[in-house]
Amino acid sequence: MKVGLFIPCYVDAFFPEVGVATLELLERLNVDVRYPLNQTCCGQPMANSGCEEDAAPVEKLFVKNFASFDYVVTPSGSCTHHVRDHLTAIPQDPKVQKVRRSTFELVEFLHDVLKVREFPWARFQHKVGLHIGCATLRALRSASMSELGGPSWSKPRTLLSGVEGVEFVNPARPDECCGFGGTFSVVEEPVSAKMGYDKVHDHAKAGAEYIVSPDMSCLMHQKGCAERLGVKVKFIHIAQVLNGARA
Amino acid sequence: MTSRDEILARVRRNQPAARELPAVPGFEQALPSPSRTFKASLERMGGTFFEPPPGTDIERLVRKTFPEAKVICSATVEVAGDRPIDLVREPAALEDVDVGVVRARFGVAETGSVWLSEAELKINALGFLAQHLVVLLDPADIVANLHDAYRHRGFFEAGYAVFMTGPSATADIEGVLIRGAQGIRSLTVVAAPRAAATLS
Amino acid sequence: MKRVDHAEASSRFIAAKEHVDFHDQRLWDLRQKRDREAALIPEWEDLRSLASAIKEHALSRLADYLEEFERNATANGMTVHWARDAAEHNQIVHDILAAHGARTLVKSKSMLTDECDMRPFLESRGIEIIETDLGERIQQLDDEPPSHIVVPAVHKLRGDVARVFGRTIGTDPANSDVPYLAESQRRHTRPYYLRAGAGMTGANFAVAETGSFVVCTNEGNADLSANLPKLHIASIGIEKVIPRVEDVGVFVRLLSRSALGSPITQLTSHFRKPRPGTELHVILTDNGRSERLGMADFWYSLKCIRCGACLNTCPVYRRSGGLSYGSTYSGPIGVIIDPAFNLRKYSSLPFASTLNGSCTNVCPVKINIHEQIYRWRQLIAERNQLPMVKKEAMKMAGKVLSSPKLYRAAVQAANAGLEYLPRFMIYNPLNAWGRQREVPKAGRQSFREWYLANRGGK
Repeated sequence: MKVGLFIPCYVDAFFPEVGVATLELLERLNVDVRYPLNQTCCGQPMANSGCEEDAAPVEKLFVKNFASFDYVVTPSGSCTHHVRDHLTAIPQDPKVQKVRRSTFELVEFLHDVLKVREFPWARFQHKVGLHIGCATLRALRSASMSELGGPSWSKPRTLLSGVEGVEFVNPARPDECCGFGGTFSVVEEPVSAKMGYDKVHDHAKAGAEYIVSPDMSCLMHQKGCAERLGVKVKFIHIAQVLNGARA
Repeated sequence: MTSRDEILARVRRNQPAARELPAVPGFEQALPSPSRTFKASLERMGGTFFEPPPGTDIERLVRKTFPEAKVICSATVEVAGDRPIDLVREPAALEDVDVGVVRARFGVAETGSVWLSEAELKINALGFLAQHLVVLLDPADIVANLHDAYRHRGFFEAGYAVFMTGPSATADIEGVLIRGAQGIRSLTVVAAPRAAATLS
Repeated sequence: MKRVDHAEASSRFIAAKEHVDFHDQRLWDLRQKRDREAALIPEWEDLRSLASAIKEHALSRLADYLEEFERNATANGMTVHWARDAAEHNQIVHDILAAHGARTLVKSKSMLTDECDMRPFLESRGIEIIETDLGERIQQLDDEPPSHIVVPAVHKLRGDVARVFGRTIGTDPANSDVPYLAESQRRHTRPYYLRAGAGMTGANFAVAETGSFVVCTNEGNADLSANLPKLHIASIGIEKVIPRVEDVGVFVRLLSRSALGSPITQLTSHFRKPRPGTELHVILTDNGRSERLGMADFWYSLKCIRCGACLNTCPVYRRSGGLSYGSTYSGPIGVIIDPAFNLRKYSSLPFASTLNGSCTNVCPVKINIHEQIYRWRQLIAERNQLPMVKKEAMKMAGKVLSSPKLYRAAVQAANAGLEYLPRFMIYNPLNAWGRQREVPKAGRQSFREWYLANRGGK
């Protein structure tokens, strides 16, 4: 099984430690994983703005970079959602279809493909507010959704439960959107910031020391809000926790 | 081309390909006590449920429940009231009615609703102008859920039919629940089996 | 026609802290009540599927069902009119009122009449119109449109209502006791029902099988408006027609639970015939619906039963308020309906969304709302209605991100910028991100650089 590692642009630029943790974690699990050096972006920012024409060359490059792998794994639910469900700006030849089908978000990959549940090298002795980004939650169906009722289940939570020391807190609105939403964070900045402030306050009030998420984009937004507010919550990506980060 | 023809033509042209119409299941549930479920549902919606012992004088019960009432207007045989509804010509003349009394055709346990048509209300406005409404309901006339209810012939016969579920209400201002908005301020359902054939 | 600027309007809404927090919590509360009610019904998801299928079928045979409805309604003694658009709808209403010499109209809530902008049309022709729904009445007296489909004045606090009533119906402006305000509106409105020449309602459902229509309300105002005057006019959008009486049961079980978290509205009224000695007029109104029916990506929006559940769950709507959408229809359903009325005017609305998908999950008739929002974005870009700045930014982004070299240079520049630029250059009015958030700290090296250094050129 050959895995191609896709690192979203904002992780590449601003949160390389998340990429490092993702790579190291997959290596620990004996996965043959490589990072194609000419990758850039999956096309989501342009596509989400309706600009299919501008997304097309980016999507083409993505497929070119990842066509030779059995799986494409990325620490980003929204990128995964885009590739699997919206990578339509280019002709859908068999190569494109295969790359689309084979792209997985990290938690999905660990939970459903590798089926790993134990992380004996990991220890995270902290109160954790788990945040699942909306694409990861509702598009990739990584956990039960409060709108739909039924028994509660969660792939990220299942994985984190395999890490010693993790204590989950219960925010009042666990699956309300945090307000990042891609370019929404800029074009609708007032509502975006208000949503981020509310989310951060909710977790802080519930006693979270860390907000942990499979989605660095959400964390980047929430972190920005918390720092401006002076709220003393810290932020860490689930890959880092599963890979053994202590703090 | 009339507007009607134009609209229908455009609709016909634009209609999507035919989709099947599903059958509506009954979602039946066995209710051990329809009355008890009805009572709980009705109280949840702000209504009151009386289960007087057999032989109770309903009129006495109504007057006792509403001692300040000056005008009781009844559309039932059980209660005579102060103003016979058959003598009321205009709906507006019911404006000063304190308590209206009607008998429901049937009730719905799922929601605590009672069904009234122009036959039961005699004058529809009685159900909305009266300050309070007393509704007689034979417990044998309680169906389990709304699917049962919507199979009732009444919907094919009545010119006007209403499910009343508790008093009128609103929460339009700051979400504060007000019972008694613009219609009836209270709804009291009295369990009262229908009389056997009335001798006129 | 001026473009609606949702973001700008929202910033004003958010600035009123007590109001925005109340608004958000009140509507979230309705969402939670909805969840609790749905959890009590084991067949809830089956009901949603059923309701969706019934609506899709009805819309696929809409012409036949409209004719069946008209046939039966007419046989029952109703008079059925057809209105192509808002102007014709308003004219028909006026003509009916004029024919009966009716100068005062009591009306209950109807989004369609708001959509058609009926009130100013009639008022300018000398008709006095009393909105009888409490929320609509508050908004009418305050000369503001309704801000929510179900609770039209949800954005106002009791003090606001007290001031409005004090100015207009003579209550004590300093008395904001809610029961006092509600009772005042009751007493003030009651005489109008008794003397109005006509009453007007909307309809939640029109049943083809019986030629009847259903009105679901809580206050009693619709039934007073319909059962006192000798003339009852009902405005009904053509998409409201459903096939059978038994279908109504499915929708009634879903409607109030979705809207308010209550099992049923206090009143569910079924009109099949005019009362003896009175007239009942129905105006079947198109106003763009037949057009939307032919839009493959968007016709599902016609399934809408106007419950407002999507508004209640939408985190953007809760924090920006219905008035910031500049249209009768706000929130998620507004976002997918309004651009069909006027693409340019409402081109910002599909971007007033994080595409989180909660709306789609709560919709009782399974409208794929967030998917339609995504599709509208594509149409807006295709038809050149994106703001110039955004269009250029996306073009630029596409160029940079489709070139590995340009991308790598941009990453380096971003890191360098964050590391070396003074704070005032990063945080300034041009940088929207930085208005209320800190920007990410500069990394020492990008992931790619780390990979090259630590894993070789693998």
